[in-house]
Amino acid sequence: MADLVKLTIDGKALEVEPGTLVIDAAKRVGIEVPAFCYWEGLSLQAACRMCLVEVEKAPKLMTACTLPAAEGMVVRTETPQVAQARKSTLEFLLTNHPLDCPVCDAGGECELQDMVFRYGAGESRFQETKYHVEEKQWSPVVFFDRPRCILCFRCVRICDEGLGVRALGIVNRGVTSEIAPNRGDHLECDECGACIDICPVGALNSGIYRYRTRPWEMDHAGTICTHCSNGCKTTLGVRGGTRIIRGNNRDRSGINGEFLCIKGRYAYDFYNHPERLQSPLMRRNGKLEPVSWADALSAVARRFSETKERGGKFAVIGSNHTTNEENYYLQKFARQVLGTGNIDHHRTGDAAALREALQGAPGSLATVSDLYGRKAVLVIGAHLALEQPLLAFTLRANYRHHQARVYVVTEGPVREDKIAAVSVRAERGRELEALESLREPLRGEPELVILFSDAIQGEAVGKLVSFGRSLGIPVQYVCLLDYSNSRGAVDMGLVPGAGGLELDEMKAAQDIDVFWVVGANPFESGRPAAKDAFLVVQDLLPTETVQLADVVLPAASRYEKAGTVTSVTGEVQGFRAAVQVMGAKPDLEIIGLIGKQMGVAAGMGPWSPEAVFEEIRKTVPGYDLPPAVIAAGGAAQAVWSDGAAGGRRRTGTVRSDRNGLFASGTLGRYSKILHSVLESRLDGRS
Amino acid sequence: MLSAAEREEIEQVLKHYPVRDSVAIDALKIVQRHRGWISDETLKEVADFIGMTPADLDGVATFYNLLFRKPVGRHVIALCDSVSCWIMGYEGIREYLSSKLGVGYGQTTADGRFTLLPIVCLGACDRAPVLMVDGDTYGGLTPAGLDGILERYR
Repeated sequence: MADLVKLTIDGKALEVEPGTLVIDAAKRVGIEVPAFCYWEGLSLQAACRMCLVEVEKAPKLMTACTLPAAEGMVVRTETPQVAQARKSTLEFLLTNHPLDCPVCDAGGECELQDMVFRYGAGESRFQETKYHVEEKQWSPVVFFDRPRCILCFRCVRICDEGLGVRALGIVNRGVTSEIAPNRGDHLECDECGACIDICPVGALNSGIYRYRTRPWEMDHAGTICTHCSNGCKTTLGVRGGTRIIRGNNRDRSGINGEFLCIKGRYAYDFYNHPERLQSPLMRRNGKLEPVSWADALSAVARRFSETKERGGKFAVIGSNHTTNEENYYLQKFARQVLGTGNIDHHRTGDAAALREALQGAPGSLATVSDLYGRKAVLVIGAHLALEQPLLAFTLRANYRHHQARVYVVTEGPVREDKIAAVSVRAERGRELEALESLREPLRGEPELVILFSDAIQGEAVGKLVSFGRSLGIPVQYVCLLDYSNSRGAVDMGLVPGAGGLELDEMKAAQDIDVFWVVGANPFESGRPAAKDAFLVVQDLLPTETVQLADVVLPAASRYEKAGTVTSVTGEVQGFRAAVQVMGAKPDLEIIGLIGKQMGVAAGMGPWSPEAVFEEIRKTVPGYDLPPAVIAAGGAAQAVWSDGAAGGRRRTGTVRSDRNGLFASGTLGRYSKILHSVLESRLDGRS
Repeated sequence: MLSAAEREEIEQVLKHYPVRDSVAIDALKIVQRHRGWISDETLKEVADFIGMTPADLDGVATFYNLLFRKPVGRHVIALCDSVSCWIMGYEGIREYLSSKLGVGYGQTTADGRFTLLPIVCLGACDRAPVLMVDGDTYGGLTPAGLDGILERYR
């Protein structure tokens, strides 16, 4: 590494790596240089002129966002001259900017407003009529109000560089310049809304949020998106403890930074779907009828106890969405109380086979920061940009910032082709053969991360790992999974024990006496073979499985409970309840109450998320993680080590739902917003 | 669809550049020569051909005054609308042209002969007021002299 550069900013001496921009160097010593157009990680624009600073021996003010730190540089960020320059810049920015802050969505969290407040540009010398054009609606979720735009081009850059979508451009010139989508009047893009959050003013508005509240009237709850497996943090703005007004990640916390896709930002709306289950239901005379919690729980407890006493057969099906605590508690309940090893969940990637193949090579699982930092990445069998949006975003950032070499083996064209050193097309099931053509270039890499979908499963996983070993370089893996706690479900042991039935076997078995389904829809396409089995279902919404149930227990969604989940890359993150929905209870509490009713609660231990997490720390390999880090909103890395729970698949197949950006399994069906955008109909998979 | 001739001409220019985007302005000029103006459809065809997004290419097309994003007449009169010309009698020239042709800025005569547009400084301040018809610049304008200039363009 080259020598560090020494400089002084506002009298504070510091050392930074060569090439560090003054604006970033200042941040390290706690000095914020204001900027509208600068955005860490995107290309430089130097359009707004807000970050002007005084540099000793330089004849005039310099833009801190484009100025690399140099040896001996003396920078002053808040002199009268700088303040005057910023005040003038603001006066120019306000030339045509409407002063409609009282009705603007950004009012209260607007960077321009904050800066005018700070530098006191309260009076304008411009008396000309302001240039005005009408507001435009680009899609159900994105509105553009040109007069408020200060032309910082953050939106254009995040869409192009960050998302790789390139939906936006700049048309016209000078005062009439305008952000415009490719189709002129409407967007055709990922509808992720990144442009809205990155907008420093109120020019880009969310169709869901606009005119519904003032920002300071909301409570904010940090949660982890309940949809895909990538584990994005989404901060929900809530009013009155019952209404979610918006989702975003404006504070760039969590593993996702500024990233969220349409699901994380908008698709929380299933929580108040008109069909949401809010009362326990029991089948009477063939019909599901509302009953009290007490009646429902005692009916379930009675049936569980009876079945256990006469040695009947249980089948327990867990969820890809429920928390680690719930999954752990459920499998413990099944094993200890019900005494069954018939426990499984819908597996969307062959994580268990990967774990087995990697025995003896701990540390071979890539994290999201590996994906950002490693020199080479190989993607097998997945359209990353659509199926694993944060991983795709991270990979693009790696390519942009570190020139990572990307290799792609997929059936058809994918967005990653654009950044790929080599793209290979391979029919489904022939990916491993196609991989041979990449052997030589991969050997030349210093290190590699391999991401693979359900295209590689069973024995093929072992072959892939052998291929990785044969390259003679350090190789890490990510087994791609579909849902927000798919990884946690495997880690917590929602997999059959020795002699236990797998999901497909449970569905096909004639002799199951009791099915207990927690947050899953296993009977989407047909009844179980055991027609007379007693079916207990815990869920949010009237899925096909709920329709078949004998007892339905209304469950709380992700956004109504606390707990932790594990992302596909192993980051364990916590969340707390954002809202309450009347009638629904968290699955953990429901399981606890069933145990209480059965008189086994003492043996199961308390059902608070904190207590169960403590138990997980002690008993689940790789999960002895610091609770303080998680409680503070950080991500703790689960270490997938030898000896973790088994669950290798014997029969049947692992099946990914291949959700695109506008689908999310059964849950996605109940999000109106996901289906409101044009692209959801263009994308054949939703 | 871009015609074979258009593609060929664009490919010729492309030889001068290391990256495809660089040909944007030339490509737009070429198709405008063939088609008179650049429609949304044309813009998309050119964008696809050179590998840019329509929004990016439109940024180029709308930036330059002499690339037309709306239909124009057979000849385009670009009257210099900058400070030197304002001082030297621009108003009289503009009024004469408008009344003579019966059109304002941005409009085309009914017979499709002329389109009248304002333009930023033509860089011929020493001869102000100045205008440009198609590629030809005329300076030292007087209302009386305009008829003779217009006569040259049928």
